[in-house]
Amino acid sequence: MNLTGRHLIDPNDFTIEELQRVIDLGLEIYRNPSNYASLCKGKILGTLFYEPSTRTRLSFESAMLRMGGSVLGFSDSSTSSVSKGETIADTIRVLDGYADVLVMRHPREGAPKLASEFSSVPVVNGGDGGHQHPTQTLADLITIKNYRGEIANLKVAFCGDLLFGRTVHSLLKTLSRFPNVSFVLISPEQLKIPSHLRDEIILNNNVEIIETQSLEDHISDIDILYMTRIQRERFFNEEEYIKLKDSYILYREKLTKAKDDLLILHPLPRVNEINRDVDADSRAKYFEQAKLGVYARMALMALILGVIE
Amino acid sequence: MLNVTSIERGIVIDHISSGKGLKIFQKLNLDKLDAPVVLLMNVSSKVLGKKDIIKIQDYIDLDLRILGLIDPNITINIIENDQIVEKKNVELPVRVKGLFECKNPRCITSIDSYAESEFTLSPCSKTKYKCSYCEELTEYKL
Repeated sequence: MNLTGRHLIDPNDFTIEELQRVIDLGLEIYRNPSNYASLCKGKILGTLFYEPSTRTRLSFESAMLRMGGSVLGFSDSSTSSVSKGETIADTIRVLDGYADVLVMRHPREGAPKLASEFSSVPVVNGGDGGHQHPTQTLADLITIKNYRGEIANLKVAFCGDLLFGRTVHSLLKTLSRFPNVSFVLISPEQLKIPSHLRDEIILNNNVEIIETQSLEDHISDIDILYMTRIQRERFFNEEEYIKLKDSYILYREKLTKAKDDLLILHPLPRVNEINRDVDADSRAKYFEQAKLGVYARMALMALILGVIE
Repeated sequence: MLNVTSIERGIVIDHISSGKGLKIFQKLNLDKLDAPVVLLMNVSSKVLGKKDIIKIQDYIDLDLRILGLIDPNITINIIENDQIVEKKNVELPVRVKGLFECKNPRCITSIDSYAESEFTLSPCSKTKYKCSYCEELTEYKL
């Protein structure tokens, strides 16, 4: 297995074995960080953030800095040559001479794939519109592996905006490839998972998917609860939004029937969909998830840069 | 009764749903061919009631992949020496490029001319194509 020079645009770009390799290395770095503090000395990460991002960008920057590398880039397209009308292809063909690995966030779906077609260095998708967010998936997977020991035999509930949530799409596609994983998809009717994605997952992996509007009906038999924010701007009808939004807020009292080893995850940022009283529950792992995401990104960059096999 | 003579060599695109012949004529750019071309419209058909037919003489090197997208009932007859030497039904192409655009307004292909999507026929739908950039499904309509 050799990931040197590879792009990560879609989680399906990596096989299950390759994803496992990234996660295992990430956990190894997490446990022994000093062994890897100079791994990327002399390497440069280029961050191309065409839309605002806090945690993904800083997580990547932290990851590279923790391995002794350097970072350059832009975090606002209005301050870059993009504002002068430069195409992605031209930007990439310049910046791939400045950096050894590039991470791109872009509001247009498919933009990182376009970038990868013109880049001579590895390109990582840092989130493209409502499409995919594969390194958030790595953060999710490393958290599951860290707390459960394996990524298998899981009943995973996704709750909230499943239509536009790119983190959901990436993780759902990826987990469906692991052994014996089934899903409960909890959302209002207007925010159900795109039917083509659901059909493709069922067709390719023959997994069980339950679609429902009730979190309470399933809270007692799930292993992972992946929360996302219900976004007001997605609703055409304000009344409908008001009616539904509170039913997807997780309070601690809703967890009384949940399993003791449930993992509560969230890609963050949260607004109010997880009440603060849940933070004190030992099953809430979303802040650890953000932390572990740094180590997953360290492992990813080390492997695609070829500084470790 | 309108009579159109048979062609000695060329292509007959038959069983076109009535009304679609002119669109196919335009999509295949047949007006630019330097060869005799006939478009017959509203011809009686036992199967379809009415149908359109296109006959192209002395020319068989046409990209006919688009026909499956337009009308799956179409049949194509290849004529050599006044005889039908090959008769085939059209199929939806598994991969297409450059024939239509992604319907997703958030797709990079809608703003960047470097991004030309290659569409793959969705295994979950008989008529929809998945964009290679955004993965949204687009149904081709003439």
